[in-house]
Amino acid sequence: MDDALLNILRTLVLSATPLVIAALGETITERAGVINLSLDGSLSLTAMVAFGVAFATGNILVGILAAMLVGAVIALIIAVASIELRLDQVAVGFVLTLLAADMSQFWGVPYAGKPTAGMTAAYLPLPLLKDLPIVGRVFFDHNILVYVSYALVFGIWFWLFSTRPGLAHRAIGERPAAAFARGTPVNRLRYIYTIVGGSLVGLAGASYSVGVNPGWATPPPMQGDGWIALAIVIFGGWHPFRVVLGAYLFAGLRALAGAIQSSDIAVPVTLLNTIPWLLMIFTLLLVSGGVIERLLRILPRGMQNRARNFLRSDPPVALGTRFDGEQR
Amino acid sequence: MNIELRQIHKRFGSVHANNDISVTFAAGRIVGILGENGAGKSTLMKILSGYQPADSGEILIGGQRVDYSGPQAAIAHGIGMLQQDPLDVGAFSVLENFTYGQPGGLTFNRRDAEWRLNQLCQRFGFDLPANTPVEMLSIAQRQQLEIVRLLALGVRVLILDEPTTGISADQKQQLFNVLRALAQEMQAIILLVSHKLEDVIALCDEVIVLRAGQLVGAQQMPATTSELVSLMFGGQLPPQARIQSHLGDVVLRLENAHLSDRRLAMRDVNFQVRAGEVVGLAGLDGSGQRPFMRACAGLDKLLSGRVMVKDEAMTGRPYRDFLAHKVVFGAAGRLEEGLIAGLTLTDHIALATTPGWAVDWAEAERYTNARIEQYHVRGRATDNIEQLSGGNQQRVLMALLPEDPVALVLEQPTRGLDVESARWIWQQLLARRDKGSAIIFSSAELEELVTYSDRILVFYAGQIYEVPDVTRTSVDELGHLIGGAFMQAT
Amino acid sequence: MKRTATNLFFLALPLLLGVIVVAILIVLVVPPNTTLGDVLQAFWNGAFRNLRRFSGVLVFWIPLTLVGIGLVITFRAGLWNIGVEGQMTLGGLFAAGLAFMLGEGSPLVIIPLCIFGAMLGGALWASVAAFLKVRFGVSEIFSGVALNAIANQITLQLIAGPWKPGDSDKAQYSRPVPDAARLLGVSQDFNVSVVGLVVTIVAVVLVLLVLARTRWGLNLKAVGKNPRSALLLGVPTTITAFSALMVCGALAGIAGSQRILFTYGDVRGQFAGGIGFLGLLVVLLISARGVWVPLIAFLFAIMLNGGTQLQFLNLDSSLTGVLQGALVLAVLLANGLRDRLRKPKQAKG
Repeated sequence: MDDALLNILRTLVLSATPLVIAALGETITERAGVINLSLDGSLSLTAMVAFGVAFATGNILVGILAAMLVGAVIALIIAVASIELRLDQVAVGFVLTLLAADMSQFWGVPYAGKPTAGMTAAYLPLPLLKDLPIVGRVFFDHNILVYVSYALVFGIWFWLFSTRPGLAHRAIGERPAAAFARGTPVNRLRYIYTIVGGSLVGLAGASYSVGVNPGWATPPPMQGDGWIALAIVIFGGWHPFRVVLGAYLFAGLRALAGAIQSSDIAVPVTLLNTIPWLLMIFTLLLVSGGVIERLLRILPRGMQNRARNFLRSDPPVALGTRFDGEQR
Repeated sequence: MNIELRQIHKRFGSVHANNDISVTFAAGRIVGILGENGAGKSTLMKILSGYQPADSGEILIGGQRVDYSGPQAAIAHGIGMLQQDPLDVGAFSVLENFTYGQPGGLTFNRRDAEWRLNQLCQRFGFDLPANTPVEMLSIAQRQQLEIVRLLALGVRVLILDEPTTGISADQKQQLFNVLRALAQEMQAIILLVSHKLEDVIALCDEVIVLRAGQLVGAQQMPATTSELVSLMFGGQLPPQARIQSHLGDVVLRLENAHLSDRRLAMRDVNFQVRAGEVVGLAGLDGSGQRPFMRACAGLDKLLSGRVMVKDEAMTGRPYRDFLAHKVVFGAAGRLEEGLIAGLTLTDHIALATTPGWAVDWAEAERYTNARIEQYHVRGRATDNIEQLSGGNQQRVLMALLPEDPVALVLEQPTRGLDVESARWIWQQLLARRDKGSAIIFSSAELEELVTYSDRILVFYAGQIYEVPDVTRTSVDELGHLIGGAFMQAT
Repeated sequence: MKRTATNLFFLALPLLLGVIVVAILIVLVVPPNTTLGDVLQAFWNGAFRNLRRFSGVLVFWIPLTLVGIGLVITFRAGLWNIGVEGQMTLGGLFAAGLAFMLGEGSPLVIIPLCIFGAMLGGALWASVAAFLKVRFGVSEIFSGVALNAIANQITLQLIAGPWKPGDSDKAQYSRPVPDAARLLGVSQDFNVSVVGLVVTIVAVVLVLLVLARTRWGLNLKAVGKNPRSALLLGVPTTITAFSALMVCGALAGIAGSQRILFTYGDVRGQFAGGIGFLGLLVVLLISARGVWVPLIAFLFAIMLNGGTQLQFLNLDSSLTGVLQGALVLAVLLANGLRDRLRKPKQAKG
């Protein structure tokens, strides 16, 4: 295969990593019935924290852990606000996203534009696997965070669909009353999964600033990605595999735009920059009920059901709602 | 193993839902818990099955006092409850629902679980395909799934809350056979919560009767209907007299209508209703009543065909226009569809009565107070609607209806109401009927359909069958029809 | 008597808590040689030192109030109009485009046309989100975010293309808006647009009246609380939601035109300056009660204007955003806390 193409694919996988991790984190949270709308600001803040702490301590792992902690704290605020204080999750998430973005700018001032040499998570081509044709170069020639994203995809998929706690996890997002009837502590698990999801968002933030694109700058280079990650979760139908597919789709489009930009083809940069946003609207349109049905009518009858099941994107029924059953 | 309840008390605010109830249930017996809606029977069963704690009192199992909090703990003591709306997870498959809540390690073996599920299904003659999503099942199948799930958890005391509402006669027969087998073979205790005397007479060995939170009687079966009625109501209920109203012209018509919702497609539906006529719609949930009614009120668009109101073509017009022609739709859920939590009574009245662009609040408030008086609503014009009790909300809904509707299209107008409230609703409806309104209503209560309808349409899987002579039909016959009996006959 | 006191305490509690949180934050972030007093002084000086500074506050207040009162409408209809920032942008671009097109002429004709164009532009952009919402059920939050980003790219494209100042493609600003379309300040010292002030005050009064006295205002409330019930009560739900977004977009459009026709006098990247998002914070802070918009917008405008003075304390101006965000978050959380503490009491009584 063409070496240039291989490189593009490899970059795609690398640059998609933060999106993959963030969207998976949000999937965990939303599967439990809680919306963490703070993603966009959280990514900026945790990216800044990861780089800042790593820069100050000289230890990347400490930076990553600090970022995860910050992501978890933001998620904890949302959990407390929605479970204990019965506030609107969207409102709190939105305020947090603005607040976190501003915080990243304010506290990031000392780290903006600092040298990034040695500030990347360990690069680790996997022995044996990296020598596989094509696949080896594209998937197994990366830093550790990329492999973490693979592990997360399969791990979360296995957790949700093949384990007993996974059943409970999905049930508290679908029908908390049924979960309660089976002895599942609904609100305690919602706390846990919101916090776990939030710490993955922190990991995603770190994977920008000490992974894909080391360093810190203002305005935050990842601005907007949080919203795209949230849309990917919807497009991905809250299923880890489809979520990853969505993340690669967006990253692929960006890699393509980058390639066009650096080539001789004269396309306005602004047009290229709008493409991810147009794609975001388009993907959300695609999974909305009306559009699916219209598109399906084109297909032969036999295929319609299969296509519908693939494209269907029903949110967890109890997403964004409260459960008070335990207090009674 | 006997179960004994001692001096159970439970209050909700000023309502004494369970007042000093003491009762013993013996192994191998099927006991009916009788009482009208609101008598406290569901509360008592929720206490026994751990869904609600009692304020005071104790529960003894085999003579041993037990304390538990939560339904899971009750199940550990062998007591499980099948709720009226089975507590399953719609997005899960049958197998996942069966597995969820069963003890075991981190992962579960699908093959083992499926084998166990099939064992139980075979034993009772249930047909539950393991990989079907639960949201695709009928109510009867979801009940069956809950029963096998609870049995697999070792439940020996099975409580069923109004299990025969919304299932057909055949499904009911199958359910009763299973319950009898459980009582005889396993010495299980079956507690059947119901306000339907015919079910209790058909199934139970004994009954206890609750009225206004108190245990007012116990009776060994067999007993006659009139004995049970006098226990339930403290006297005989006057039978509802059937008074046919004078029929006028056709006011609402569907012509060759093609309807559909997510699962059903109904073609060539023809229907008409006259002024002063009451048409009841029977059928299991999801058999096509809903798209039919929504089409009648213009809430869903027809794929083809026509809707006529009096002689005006209304096809494709929005519900607002139907409302302007006094065709009014009433949905089953009160606070979900019909009333708006967070709005005051005056807001509601203003919404229903303001024709122009400006709201005259003084006028609206005056009018609201008049309606409050007329309909005996307990509440003030400035109260938010959710502050009112369910019965009073229902009264407000009635007050929002125009005085002289052309047609009322009502989904389960008395769902969840006690007998008295239901009768009040029907008084209001029939008063309008007598003034020339047509009424189309659906119900899961076959009794209600037989009592009030001039005509009954039975829905099954999108097919519609009209009962030829309503005056001669019975609850039993209707029960068979909603199970699709007319499909085999024709 | 005691009851009134308790009620007052509960009402004031969230705001008090918010202020305390902000004060603590300031103490935490200031460099060692400065104090809380210095920061407050900076904000105070930025706003009230002299008439000129004060007019700076009003210049922020005008667009923020317009956006805020518009968002009260969408919030009432239960819509999260995050796209308000993009609606401001499109409003500004339409105003600028008309100004460039019409060139020199009588301001009496051109300025009303530009402002009308701005309303049209904002409403148009809002209608995209509205269409996606009512026709396809796409969340207005996501379409709003995307439309904001797209509006920014359109701005950049216009600056780099048709509206560029000279021959350079790399300009940061467009060429200046023709004088005939520029809004004028009252005086050199009190540099606030008269047109802007008048339009804002009229808009606030009109919106409050319409919300309180018309069927449309009632319809908005019904749709916001429960669209399914509203439909059954005869409310045209689709039209109501659509029109709420359009009206909000139109008001945001005027706000955007103020940024270009008055504040900057040219088109530049991100000229809406986050005022749309700030408007969302304002409305969240007051739980969408319209009468409070002018006051809270004024408070936020003081903070915004004061932010420009922070550099003299060696503090980044993004501190303003941190403080505003923290204030709103603290008030929201305290509101929830208050309601939780209060509810059980009411249930008993």
